[in-house]
Amino acid sequence: MTDRLALPARRGRTRGLAARLASWLPSWLPKGRTFVIAAPFAFLLVFFLVPFVAVLKISFADVQMSVPPYTSLVDLTDGTLKIALDFEHFRTVLTDHLYLGAYVFSVEVAAMTTLVCLLVGYPACYLIARADPAHRNLLLMMVMLPFWTSYLIRVYAWIGLLKNQGLINNVLIWAHLTDEPLKIYHNNWGLMIGMVYNYLPYLMLPLYAYLVKLDMTLVEAAYDLGARPAAAFFTITLPMSRRGIIASSLLVFIPAVGEYVIPELLGGSNSLMIGRVMWDDFFVSTDWPTASAATVAMVVLLLLPMAWFQRIRQKDIEGAR
Amino acid sequence: MNGSRLLGRTYLGLVFLFLYVPTICVVVYSFNESRLVTVWSGFSLRWYTALAGDEEVLSAAWASLEVGVATAFASVFIGTWAGFVLSRFKRFRGQTLFTGMINAPLVIPEVIQGISLLLLFVALQGALGWPARGLFTIWIGHTMLCVSYVAITVQSRLASLDESLHEAAYDLGATPLRVFFDITLPLISQALISGWLLSFTISIDDVLMTAFLSGPDSTLLPIVVFSRARVGLNPEINALGTLFIVFVTVGVVVNNHFMLRRQRRRDRERTQSVLQA
Repeated sequence: MTDRLALPARRGRTRGLAARLASWLPSWLPKGRTFVIAAPFAFLLVFFLVPFVAVLKISFADVQMSVPPYTSLVDLTDGTLKIALDFEHFRTVLTDHLYLGAYVFSVEVAAMTTLVCLLVGYPACYLIARADPAHRNLLLMMVMLPFWTSYLIRVYAWIGLLKNQGLINNVLIWAHLTDEPLKIYHNNWGLMIGMVYNYLPYLMLPLYAYLVKLDMTLVEAAYDLGARPAAAFFTITLPMSRRGIIASSLLVFIPAVGEYVIPELLGGSNSLMIGRVMWDDFFVSTDWPTASAATVAMVVLLLLPMAWFQRIRQKDIEGAR
Repeated sequence: MNGSRLLGRTYLGLVFLFLYVPTICVVVYSFNESRLVTVWSGFSLRWYTALAGDEEVLSAAWASLEVGVATAFASVFIGTWAGFVLSRFKRFRGQTLFTGMINAPLVIPEVIQGISLLLLFVALQGALGWPARGLFTIWIGHTMLCVSYVAITVQSRLASLDESLHEAAYDLGATPLRVFFDITLPLISQALISGWLLSFTISIDDVLMTAFLSGPDSTLLPIVVFSRARVGLNPEINALGTLFIVFVTVGVVVNNHFMLRRQRRRDRERTQSVLQA
């Protein structure tokens, strides 16, 4: 009712806007449906897909001391077309110990992060989804709040906790649980803690959305038929939440592979994730072609999980219609 | 039964402790007198005063604010449009590609998007002499980071809407554009506000995209914070972080409060109309 009462005030203005928009559109532009679809399509095409073509191109170029710091592939001099493709950077990326090691380490860290987030996050999401509806919104907001608060500040906050004279070590020493400070800052421990901490809300929010929709009457039926809680969980709840688990895990795993800020701030000098190597190629050694080749390799590596994610999302959208 | 409930509560409490202790520490130590961030020596506002006099932080914060607001508006505009297409058009050519381009930025590592956009802009600048790296290119990069979030929020909100409202408007002879502005937009306004706020917060502390796309004269806040945090703890950053946290918390709580109130009102109206019928 209130929505309808509010309408007349707005009506005059929007009609004017609609008419003005319609008259402003040039006549050669596609009309109606085609235009509505084409406009955001074109935007995404130009700023999402076309840039990858640029990356692909430069990964075949050579380093050159100039601005921009790479050679052009196609050279038209004296009427002859010369195409110079350099595969050297791909060889470097695929054989060099630095790159290969960084790829393997990144995938390991991302997989470990996903697993720990799942082990911590699944029970928490389950408990929130089964909580009293009156508390559920508050609990959900408490998961969401860190997601909104500055990511950079939250990662930075861990420095104060993990340092040798940080809060964790101070508490441990004060409680006589340890004599000398634990080494958890600027090494892989710090990296893992920071990764799990940061990605946990990314896992919990989508997972919660799936878990809250689960049909609990099935579980009750299993209980009525005499199933033990563990059996009911593993034969009913877990299989039913499979899609949610996969979608939210991918939402953690894929971006975690390319993480840069957390290894840089909390990890050690040997916590070399691929994002860090690419950053150094770009800003320290200005080797753009190798960085581009590393980018292409990373896209190829992540293509399968990304296609998987896309399929699940597509099903969700179709299910929502 | 009571034992397992207690266990559940303890577990949730521990998870929230893990999520909140770091931010609480930032807030507490921002009022610390000492330069040594982890040693408490007394209450003081000196780091807030220091922050207010820090030219580098202030000018970066101002530039970040500008980019953040511009990003939020652009993302909501394009994201709403894309989300509308996603939910309302059943089959069109290139639909798979379109949904792919919406979904991929949600997961694709930022370093990939940053490098590829940078190379696009460098190539464009080589060919056309425009655009130079600076606030404009950062704006586009940040918008690319946020559009997908807005599109998906709008899409799921649209999917949950009651179709009959639109059908009624069409039956009464409204044009599609008119239906969109008079019916659809007011109904999804909450999703738009959430999308705006989220885009703003993503923009205001993004390091990677900003670093790749910024020029020599455009230093934004996240770059300043990041370069200082790299060296270690800095009490001024604690003060800045506290301001951030307070600002965002108030924003989220207020937004959530209004959302819940609207939801309750809608539910009440629905029961009332059912009762009257």
